[in-house]
Amino acid sequence: MPVRVQLEDFDVGAEIAALRGTDPRVGAVASFIGTVRDINEGIGVATLTLEHYPGMTERSLEDICTQARSRWDILDVLVIHRHGRLQPLDQIVMVAVTSAHRGEAFAACEFVMDYLKTQAPFWKKESTPDGERWVQARESDDEAAARWHASQPGDPESGPR
Amino acid sequence: MKVRILYFASLREALGVDREEIALPAHVASAGALRAWLRERGAQWEQALAQSRAVRVAVNQQMANEHTPIAAGAEIAFFPPVTGG
Repeated sequence: MPVRVQLEDFDVGAEIAALRGTDPRVGAVASFIGTVRDINEGIGVATLTLEHYPGMTERSLEDICTQARSRWDILDVLVIHRHGRLQPLDQIVMVAVTSAHRGEAFAACEFVMDYLKTQAPFWKKESTPDGERWVQARESDDEAAARWHASQPGDPESGPR
Repeated sequence: MKVRILYFASLREALGVDREEIALPAHVASAGALRAWLRERGAQWEQALAQSRAVRVAVNQQMANEHTPIAAGAEIAFFPPVTGG
């Protein structure tokens, strides 16, 4: 259940290959890649700087992966999140989940992203033509994470309402 | 009671400090009491840690709330709502 917080970019293909390994039980791999947009809330973004809380960030990502494993019958989870200075087009985050069937992999991947958005200590600062600004948390992210509260743990059909 | 306090992101910038080691008076025994105690440091602190502001707190690297107790040697972090992903 690897969790990595790093400055460096990552190779999605190599990461997925490593996650699958030689496990013949894997029948599905779901992944999500978050990337830097050049526009946020109508204003051009030149660079994005990500701050994190070394120690707690890794711990909270591990906790989210543990929750995903307890809720769905999945084989493995990978989370890579970058910090430092990024530019439009750069990769920010990768979540990948392996399972026997696609339902669990899709649901667990979305759950990890939704929880990561609201629980993992990362903060984004944008550099725009008007100067620097901290990105504000979105209510829609809280709502996305809250959808999972109503679902029953361990129910493979559980997912967003 | 000695503790370590960390500040992140916009809160770190508003306060001009990223970390401090400090001895707390005995009555400051919860995360909420600590936040209130820090507000007494002056206008900058009063504003940045105002009750009306969305400020998150972690104790020993676990998300916490105002009632979470703090003990000697604790690491307490204050930060704005997270925006990763």
